Amino acid sequence: MSSRAPEGSRSSLFQYLLRLGDDRLVLGHRLSEWCGHGPILEEDIALANIALDLIGEATLFLRRAAEVEGAGRDEDALAFLRDAADFRNAQMVELPKGDFGFTIVRQLFFSVFSMLQMDALQKSADADVAGIAAKALKESRYHVRHSAQWVVTLGDGTAESHERAQRAVDDLWRYTGELFIADDVDRDVAASGLGIDPSSLEAAWRSQIESVLAQATLTIPEPRYMQRGGREGRHTEHLSHMLAEMQVLPRSHPGATW
Amino acid sequence: MSATPPSDSQWPLWEVFLQPPKGAAHEHAGSVHAPSAEHALQNARDVYARRGEAVSIWVVPSVAITASTPDDMGPFFDPGNDKAYRHPQFYKVPQGVRVF
Repeated sequence: MSSRAPEGSRSSLFQYLLRLGDDRLVLGHRLSEWCGHGPILEEDIALANIALDLIGEATLFLRRAAEVEGAGRDEDALAFLRDAADFRNAQMVELPKGDFGFTIVRQLFFSVFSMLQMDALQKSADADVAGIAAKALKESRYHVRHSAQWVVTLGDGTAESHERAQRAVDDLWRYTGELFIADDVDRDVAASGLGIDPSSLEAAWRSQIESVLAQATLTIPEPRYMQRGGREGRHTEHLSHMLAEMQVLPRSHPGATW
Repeated sequence: MSATPPSDSQWPLWEVFLQPPKGAAHEHAGSVHAPSAEHALQNARDVYARRGEAVSIWVVPSVAITASTPDDMGPFFDPGNDKAYRHPQFYKVPQGVRVF
């Protein structure tokens, strides 16, 4: 059990940890929907494996969030007993899994973001967060390698795979802006050294994504309106449908074990 | 090295060899389908080494392996069975040498 965060920043740290945990919980669940439906056996296992990594990271971040909150909730209560409006994930991760191209382009966008984020969070003033980040960084590096390889294969592949991958980039682009928007919560945790300002990651993210997309012969669409709201609990219609399925068991059978 | 094109809709097959954490030699673990060597390496990691089974992975196009066939059984292996002097147990251990 680690030391308690200073009182003033506890509420911000709690919100910040929810964002870290919810991004990974929701994306992990979306990826798990491929289980048994992957394009081939090997990729089915790879996607399930990455989903498990993300859910494992979510467990650790939400457990720390529950400790910081100190309201008697645990990570399971945070994952399964909150409604969509209480989730703090970016909207990008809640979108339906789409085709394999959409899933893999989203994985690239998120994994590069996560890798940069975890790298910076290794220096968090919160020892738990720093430890989780060090573990998650190794996983993120593999996730980047996996998704980048696939994006290049699909983008620089057949006419159909190129067209689908480009459509995924076009459809997802307007959800990328939200990853880098800093609000009071971010500025607060950045000031106290507990977290980082996400806007500081954007240049590095952009340069890595541009390099992979160029190799994949894919293009970034023209700048236009960027979607936002997930960090404040405003979500697309898809999140509550997903949560209904994800949460049905613990909500119907409270305290069930097996 | 790239594998030969598949004869059907399947991707080429790759044989996977893992080196266990204790540093023994790479051992055959199984095979994966993959469109390229890098994909094969990642698939091998996900299928055979995701629970910490290995510290190193080799993938080799299955077509690059030349294997003995069941017909080779007799000529290849039988002659070894009736030549006891090829085994160290054939020779008496001199007195004073401890048997381990």
